[in-house]
Amino acid sequence: MSESTTLPSHRTIIIVGSGPAGYTAAIYAARAGLAPLVVAGSVTAGGALMNTTEVENFPGFPDGVQGPELMESMQKQAERFGAEVIWDDVTSLSLADPVKTVVTGGGATYTADAVILATGSAYRELGIDDEKRLSGRGVSWCATCDGFFFRDQEILVVGGGDSAVEEATFLTRFASKVTIVHRRDQLRASKIMADRAQNDPKIAFAWNSEIVAIHGDQKVTGVTLRDTLSGVERDVPATGVFVAIGHVPRTELLVGQVDLDPEGYILVEGRSTRTNIPGVVACGDAVDHTYRQAITAAGSGCAAALDAQHYLAELSDAAEVAGRAASPEVAAAR
Amino acid sequence: MTEAPADGAVIEAGDSTFRELVLEASGPVLVDFSAGWCAPCRLVEPVVAELAVAYRGRVRVVRVDVDAHPATAAAYGVTSIPTLSVFASGELVRTVVGARPKPELVAVVDDVLAAR
Repeated sequence: MSESTTLPSHRTIIIVGSGPAGYTAAIYAARAGLAPLVVAGSVTAGGALMNTTEVENFPGFPDGVQGPELMESMQKQAERFGAEVIWDDVTSLSLADPVKTVVTGGGATYTADAVILATGSAYRELGIDDEKRLSGRGVSWCATCDGFFFRDQEILVVGGGDSAVEEATFLTRFASKVTIVHRRDQLRASKIMADRAQNDPKIAFAWNSEIVAIHGDQKVTGVTLRDTLSGVERDVPATGVFVAIGHVPRTELLVGQVDLDPEGYILVEGRSTRTNIPGVVACGDAVDHTYRQAITAAGSGCAAALDAQHYLAELSDAAEVAGRAASPEVAAAR
Repeated sequence: MTEAPADGAVIEAGDSTFRELVLEASGPVLVDFSAGWCAPCRLVEPVVAELAVAYRGRVRVVRVDVDAHPATAAAYGVTSIPTLSVFASGELVRTVVGARPKPELVAVVDDVLAAR
């Protein structure tokens, strides 16, 4: 942590983030001979899929694949073609100039001609006081990590999307009863996942319900649910609360660097991955309000690498033209 | 009373050794509650190893496999992993839940050292 005096190391492309978007961008950029540097994150490498179990909808894996395994494969594929992956966190960026600067928590400074932002998303929080207080005391965001602690207990999963239903299904391996708490009267999850949950004897549903308080001093003992239609509140005992109510873009470092929308997602131009800053492209969950799938993130990572390549080609064409104009004798000699 | 190892190794502790290795240690002890099947635990593992080297001789760094040693995890109310806890003089003094970046863990350990 004392290398701040060393000279910045220059790369053609730096990729920030290492989920499906970041690694797919790295595979394409590496195969284009651009030897990208991937700043993968010290403890977040692999992105959201690191906390999942079986991924059943990623094409090419008819029997499913474990999330962490899929991410390790993507990493290896990127490295095979010359991507360099470092396990460090970006702590600041400076993107406006043609030469971009990226500083890491490990104290290294890198410069680059192009930057691919694939910073992904973080768990959305319930936003109630008890949540932080009881985090790690029964409130959890990672079913695969923490399900083990709730053997033969009654727990809740908050949310109605694929992640919530996947977590609830996974948690039935441990818990005696899993109640899905959802604000609406039907799941948003894909039909196959919803059917699986609805047919699971260990899974119950609290429809039209939201959590307004989590009880417990040292450990979660229960929650207060409010009926979203009638406003009536009721207490429900539970020892665990797994929160799966979606994600928020991880873009705090980008405020003032690239244009973001009011919710903090990176704004890109039309169907491209180009941000408002030349040489800076963005992909994956940090951009995507709508689809938020591993495969759509991977697809946008590919597009980002191609858009970055295009920018770099134009940059070198412009440099060549400028070079010729500056030295007419070279041009004449051709 | 045992000292933090001079070689900067991460020591395995369990239900039968936690008292001796953690609670009765002369200096602060950083405990990594984790398990093999937890992906974020694997991500934080190299960071914990770096801390063991950085603080060698000053802070003992211990890993507790919660799968093999559930009693110790339960005694300290651990329900999320990784959980990184700092013990001093037999007391739990700081807890960080989840895989957090190295600078955050360094700050917590430095805090405990400064308070001594």
